[in-house]
Amino acid sequence: MKARVVVTLKSGVLDPQGKAIEGALRSLAIDGVTSVRQGKVFDIELADEDRDGARRALGEACERLLANTIVENYAIEIA
Amino acid sequence: MKAAVILFPGSNREGDAARALSDLTGQAPAVVWHAEADLPQGVDLVVLPGGFSYGDYLRCGAIAARSPIMRAVARHAERGGLVLGICNGFQILCEAGLLPGVLMRNAKRRFLCKMQHLRVENAATPFTRGYAEGQVVKFAIAHGEGNFEADPATLDAIEDAGQVAFRYSDAAGRVDAAANPNGSERNIAGVFNSRFNVLGLMPHPENLIDPLVGGTDGRALFAALALAA
Repeated sequence: MKARVVVTLKSGVLDPQGKAIEGALRSLAIDGVTSVRQGKVFDIELADEDRDGARRALGEACERLLANTIVENYAIEIA
Repeated sequence: MKAAVILFPGSNREGDAARALSDLTGQAPAVVWHAEADLPQGVDLVVLPGGFSYGDYLRCGAIAARSPIMRAVARHAERGGLVLGICNGFQILCEAGLLPGVLMRNAKRRFLCKMQHLRVENAATPFTRGYAEGQVVKFAIAHGEGNFEADPATLDAIEDAGQVAFRYSDAAGRVDAAANPNGSERNIAGVFNSRFNVLGLMPHPENLIDPLVGGTDGRALFAALALAA
């Protein structure tokens, strides 16, 4: 089973990397970009085919390692 | 005083920490590899040195915080043992949940490598009793991710409990935005845990022990630790 975990900064948390990318897009004259926030994507393969079990395992993975929940949110998508 | 310096893949200030400890405690620290499950017998103080453990993969300090030795460090702290995290060591302690908050990318994105004044906020701990409250000291800073962040309730709680150890200041001890090198909330440069046996700070006291390299303000921290056990 394949899953994707997306980790994003909580709103209000300063994102200097996103700001730098935003500035670089502006310097490329790519129009219409008003804001960029950078996040992380983890593509994860799971041996188990049990979706509920996978969701539980990935939730634990996010809470214990993949996200720092002081400043980050996470979303789990199971294919 | 028996000290141990933990070595993670990518640590690079362990030699500086060991030199400061040897100089001021009179005994060379044990150097302990991160994959060990236990600390050496009788260790009073654990030092997590600066560097770039695991190349700052995932988040700075995140992988090192989950290494086997950190379970032993957590047990040591639980028993009341002393733990000092410097720079990357501070990031590791936050990621391990042994200290509040998190260290984010410097607000102005620049890697900072310079001398920095700090104001001592709490001089009644095993780490800081060699200083006076309000004293201004000069340590070196060298980091790209030293922007201390926590939610407002946590910040208020650590302020009220006296858990702020050092704040970024100017030479006169003024704590304001102009003296804040990296965007840290409330100019916080170092924090204690609620029991005051764990300290994390971004600046490098271990580099200010010899007048040859610009000052000796770091000596008092290690001298205080030498007397702590």
